[in-house]
Amino acid sequence: MPHDHHDHFHHAGMSPSGHPYRADNDTPLSYWQRMEIAVRELMVEKGHLTPAEIAAQIEAMDARSPANGAAVVARAWTDPAFRARLLKNASEASREMGFDIGPLNLIAVENTADTHNLIVCTLCSCYPRNLLGLPPDWYKTRAYRSRAVREPRAVLREFGLDLPDHVTVRVHDSTADMRYIVLPARPDGTDGMDEAQLAALVTRDSMIGTGLPHRP
Amino acid sequence: MVWTGRAVLPSLLTMSDTTGRRWHDMGGQDAGPVPMDGHDFTLWEKRVDALMVLCGQKGLFTVDGLRRALEDMGEDAFERMSYYERWIAAVNQNLVEAGAYTLEELGERMHEIAARGPTYGEAQADG
Amino acid sequence: MVERVRVKALAPPGHVRAPWYLRGKAGVIERPLGHFANPEQLAYGLRADTKPLYRVRFRMAEIWGEAAENPDDTLDAEIYGHWLEKVDTHAP
Repeated sequence: MPHDHHDHFHHAGMSPSGHPYRADNDTPLSYWQRMEIAVRELMVEKGHLTPAEIAAQIEAMDARSPANGAAVVARAWTDPAFRARLLKNASEASREMGFDIGPLNLIAVENTADTHNLIVCTLCSCYPRNLLGLPPDWYKTRAYRSRAVREPRAVLREFGLDLPDHVTVRVHDSTADMRYIVLPARPDGTDGMDEAQLAALVTRDSMIGTGLPHRP
Repeated sequence: MVWTGRAVLPSLLTMSDTTGRRWHDMGGQDAGPVPMDGHDFTLWEKRVDALMVLCGQKGLFTVDGLRRALEDMGEDAFERMSYYERWIAAVNQNLVEAGAYTLEELGERMHEIAARGPTYGEAQADG
Repeated sequence: MVERVRVKALAPPGHVRAPWYLRGKAGVIERPLGHFANPEQLAYGLRADTKPLYRVRFRMAEIWGEAAENPDDTLDAEIYGHWLEKVDTHAP
């Protein structure tokens, strides 16, 4: 799928996630960047925040990535009791695996042979960021937010996923306090693979519902 | 609930059109293909994100307060500003409303920062 | 027991979390989610009451009518109790 990012190889001039590096420190200072610097300095000077807290928060957010969700999915594929706990309370199941997800209220929705789940937030861009890290840019676009609830199948085709009619699509609009993660179906031909091998098949998009796991 | 006459009240009257549907409430509307291009987050964006999370944790605002500010910025801001430009604007709006600092302090500091140098890197207090 | 509900077709100004495209549409309660602080008060810096929150499941045919891609596909959304009214299934 064109938007899935492969961790296993890098293109020249591209970041590990397969995107071009974007200028940051060397571009002309913008009004909004000045506002960020000013807000940060004022909040530190007034004792609300410390530079260490800000650095630690950035580090904690950087440490969150789709790999966390992939580990949860792989565990659910190999451990039926864990799968049951995940579907009952995905926050507790994620914490049980040692992930610091803060106050995240997470619901896992399971793909099966006849059900495919898709996650969106039409009102803003709610995303299970405390487990999967920050959302991809397309998740926050007008096109995705507008269309995913009315023509999910057409949207999925744009992501390279053409679902047959007998598969029911269940779209989940994150309108309030819950966040969602798709538990994708375990691919065929993965018997005998261990959790780490299985986790490597799980893509970010397969946990949003816009993709499927890799096949071995 | 009794309205307290806070400064945010006039924005209640801001709507996208006369039906009452607001611009950010976009589920089901027509739109083009989903743009697949992405980017890696810059330090500047990560700092905005951190300010948002930390100030929320300290009770200076709620995520709904941030969303309210974003929505009240209007559709033009959505089209013209980047995601984290809108978020720092919303964070600032909420911090001003919470009394964390004054607009005078903010304005003076932003002016001072502009004089430090022409790039984001050079405009940091520690150079 | 299946509980049928309809999202109120109201249009107040300001910050609300009941999406426009679901207002006036009927669905079934998929599960109750507990009580949460009312975002309509939190958004304005007010002390918030707690409100019950539900996941409501709608058929795409209910939301989009003939234009639905597949009438039996579904849409789940979280809707606060004060935005829901019971649908009387025994009505004549």
